[in-house]
This record gives sequence, structure tokens and C-alpha cells, in this order.
Amino acid sequence: MSTEIAARVKNEEWKASLTSERALVRWALIIAALGYLTLFLFIPLAAVFTEALKNGLESYFASFQDPDALAAIRLTVLAASLAVPLNLTFGVAAAWAIAKFEFVGKQILITLIDIPLAVSPVISGLIYVLLFGAQGWVGPWLAEHDIKIIFALPGIVLATTFVTVPFIARELIPLMQSQGREEEEAALTLGASGWQAFTRVTLPNIKWSLLYGVILSNARAMGEFGAVSVVSGHIRGLTNTLPLHVEILYNEYNAVGAFAVASLLTLLAIVTLIAKTMIERKTASSRSAHDPAWSTQPGSPS
Amino acid sequence: MALVLKQPSVLPGFGLTLGFALFYFSLIVLIPLSGLFVKTTTLTWEQFWHTVSEPRALASYQLTFGASFLGALINGFFGSVVAWVLVRYRFPGRSIVDALVDLPFALPTAVAGITLTAIYSSNGWIGRYLEPLGLKVAFTPLGVLVALTFIGLPFVVRTVQPVLQDLDMEVEEAATTLGANRWQTFRAVIVPELWPALLTGMAMAFARSVGEYGSVIFIAGNMPLKSEITPLLIMTKLEQYDYAGATALGVVMLVVSFVLALMINLIQWWSSRRHTAR
Repeated sequence: MSTEIAARVKNEEWKASLTSERALVRWALIIAALGYLTLFLFIPLAAVFTEALKNGLESYFASFQDPDALAAIRLTVLAASLAVPLNLTFGVAAAWAIAKFEFVGKQILITLIDIPLAVSPVISGLIYVLLFGAQGWVGPWLAEHDIKIIFALPGIVLATTFVTVPFIARELIPLMQSQGREEEEAALTLGASGWQAFTRVTLPNIKWSLLYGVILSNARAMGEFGAVSVVSGHIRGLTNTLPLHVEILYNEYNAVGAFAVASLLTLLAIVTLIAKTMIERKTASSRSAHDPAWSTQPGSPS
Repeated sequence: MALVLKQPSVLPGFGLTLGFALFYFSLIVLIPLSGLFVKTTTLTWEQFWHTVSEPRALASYQLTFGASFLGALINGFFGSVVAWVLVRYRFPGRSIVDALVDLPFALPTAVAGITLTAIYSSNGWIGRYLEPLGLKVAFTPLGVLVALTFIGLPFVVRTVQPVLQDLDMEVEEAATTLGANRWQTFRAVIVPELWPALLTGMAMAFARSVGEYGSVIFIAGNMPLKSEITPLLIMTKLEQYDYAGATALGVVMLVVSFVLALMINLIQWWSSRRHTAR
């Protein structure tokens, strides 16, 4: 018995030796990878907090007492709380139509949804200036009726929404496609209404991906810089979001203040990464085939 | 013969959900984007050509595309090494490192910008050691490269990693038993499998870098003709109320982005066909 186990262990070891490198190569690769990540990830991460706490905790927290900082926090939360539900509705609707039905032009629609990811953030802002700006298509009409979109909240919300349109949809579409429609069809056969089938069958199946999509688009909404910068007009205390406030403080040589606000946004990013890891672990067993990487597009080879 | 636009299904809500999705997407994305193209028609061809081919614009393309390309190459190499190490080796802290690879996706670009500038400026953590060597990073084109390398870091790792994970070890075992050494196995068995994913990742990193704004403008120094990227040039024109000029450059960038997106889709189509063919 024990000789059999020993033989099996030996066989496994032999197999492993076929597909592994010499220890020297192994360590060289690990050091190269970690060295690269240290240079580009770990050091920047440590630097944010070190710079923020350079003058001690007191001046760190004082940075958040500034009324302009508080206004920036409020505006950022407000913009995200409008943009995320809008994109949540879109993401769920698009995923339902794409994953549960067969129709002409479906593949084109899936490709189109990724457009905002391909567009430079500066252009994402520019297109709204061209539409609603003083010299834009509807600009004169807006001015006549005293409606402000550019350099005001609506413009910031629009630009934020544009930038985060795809995130929830692209989390849901591959997952719902892989789950098929048998379960919903069964629910309907058993007498459920369409809405009941969605809330009692579909929703429990997609809840983790949905949650992750919301967390991710929230992080991107709160952190968007380029697009919002174009439409905001940088009016202090009025149209400055947190990332824009970071820029202003930094340009005023208030490094500690800039990094204090930046550390807040960094914490948001870290929370997002933790949520991603936890949700991936939760769903790993149920959808090991699904590729959760943000960067790969739906239907990508993996 | 009637064209079948949609296959029948017992599930409800098709018209409502697709209708809403199309309406919303058109309103937020398609109509505003097409406005950019419509706006260019107000320019004459000479005006358009003059704007997009002036020396300042040409210099900005050179920097933007050159630095993006170099950044994609750096990430192509190191991203593959990171993916390999994360999939094949076990070491303390591996899962934390794995999670942190996505940081450039989640970190606001302005934060990345000021942080990289602080690190690489002449009295920064890394910059102070590079300065005596005659290497100035912050406020030079080299700084643009650093920022774009940071921004593109996750793409190659995240496209190569799943392919490595799904790679059948038995093929490598077979190669070794047939007399190949490890390097030969790597070159002849593993690399061909990784190529499409590596190419996709690099193309994605390149596409993302070309449009990047926030992380670059802090570290670049933004000197016209020297360290000014194209998105910043668009921004400058906007601030001078030169909407026509900004639009012309925006169309050039947008066309490049679409061509890149098309290329990425083609690579993926090509590799998925290759995979199903077997």
C-alpha cells in the first residue's frame, strides 16, 4: 500500500520536473516580475500615503476641513449617484436583450457597447461641449432658456455617464449568455410573470457580477478626470469633483493637500480591488469558465 | 420571403429592454459622437488639413504614438513575465500581488499622475537616483513613457494569464519526454499558444495609452513640440475656444481609436477561429 503511494508521489514529482524550470530561472523570473511591479505599482501606492502624511495626521485631516474639498466630495458623490443607476438600468436591459434573445445585429451591438472605452476621455468631454456649449448645436437655445449644461452639474453627470456606460453591461452579458435561458423559461411555464422570472431567477444568478459592475463603475465615475475636466469649467466649490480638486491643489503647490485628497481616491480604488477579489472567489466555483478580467472583451478567447 | 430579424422566444421583455438600451446608448454615446463628425463638415478641407498637419500636431502624434508603442512593448515583455510567475509559481503574497495588478484600472488617473511625478521628479524616491546618472524622467518625454507604461500594465497580464491557466500541461510533458529541453518547449509549445493573447493585450494597452490624458499631463511638462501629447493639444485648443481645431484633432484621434478597436477584434476573431478549427 505505502509503496503504491510512494510510487504515485514519485510519478507526480517526475511529471512536475518535466514542466518546471531550473530554480535559478524560476527565481530570476519572480524577481523580474516583482521588481517591475514594485517600480510601477508598489512604490506609487506607498508614495500616495507617505506624501499625504508627510506633515502628520493633523494637517492630513485638515485637508478635508476645507469647504472646497467638502464641496468636491459632495459633487463627486452626487454625480456618481446619478450616473451609476442610469448605467445600471442600461446594463441590465442590454444584457437581458442580448443574452436571452437571438436577433440580427446582436454582435454589432456588443461591439458598440465598448466604444466609450476606446475613446480618449478628452474627446468624451469634447463631444458634449460641441453639443451643449455656447457655440454648440443647442447652445444658443439653452442660453435663451437659461439652462446650463456645460460648466455645470448636468455636463459633469453626462460626461461621467458616457465614460462608465459599458462597465455593468460587459460584466453581465458574458455571464448571462453562459447561463442560457432554460431557468427563466421553466419559471414562465410554472406560471411566473416575466418580472417574477427576472427578480426570482435571473437576479439571484447574476447578483455578484451585478454588484461588482456597480462597484467598478462607481470607482470609475468618482475617479474620472479627463472627460469631466473638459466640461467642468473648474469653478472652485461649485463644479470641481475630487480628481479636479487634486489637480488644483497640486498646481497650487499644496502637495500635502493634493495627496490627502488623492489618498481618499486611492482608498476607493483599493476597496474596489478587494471587492473584485472577494466576488471572484465567491463566483469562482459557479463560473470557473467565465473570464472576469476587465480588460478582455466579451467573447474573447480565454 | 420575410427576413427573420428575431427568433421567437417565450421570454418577455425583448422589445422593452432592447428598445431602452438602443435609445439610451444612442442618446448618451452615438448621437454626441456623430456630432463630432458633423462638426468637421463645417471646416474646409484646407482648414482641416492645416490643423492636423501643423508641426505642433505632428510632434504630438509622434510623442503620443511613440511612447504608447514603447509602453506596449515594455508591458508585452514584463506583463508576460508577471502572468507567467502568477500562474506557474507559488510565493508568499502571490494573491495580493495578483489583485494589485488591476490597480491602474481602478486608480483615478489624476492620482496616478501626481504620484508618478512625485516619485520621478529630481528629489523623488526614484528620481533622485536617476538624476546623477543623467536621466531626467519627470517633465520630459521619458515621463510620458513612464505614465503610459503604468496605465497599460494590467492589459497584457490579464489577457495572457487566463490562456496560461488553461494551457494543457500534458502537451509540455509530451514535449519534454520527446526530448525537448525546457527552452525549446517554451518556444515551440507555449509561445505559439500565447501569441494571440499577448498581441491582444499589447494592442489594448496601446489603444488605452493613445487616448490617455490624466496621468500624463502632470509628469509630461507639456512643452509644445517636445513633451505635449495629442489629447492635451485638443484641450489647449478648447481652452482657446478653437472648437474647429479641437474637433479636427479629435476626429483624427477617434479614427485611430476605431481602427485599433477593429484590429483588436480581428486578432480575437482570428485566434478564436484558430482555436475552434482544431
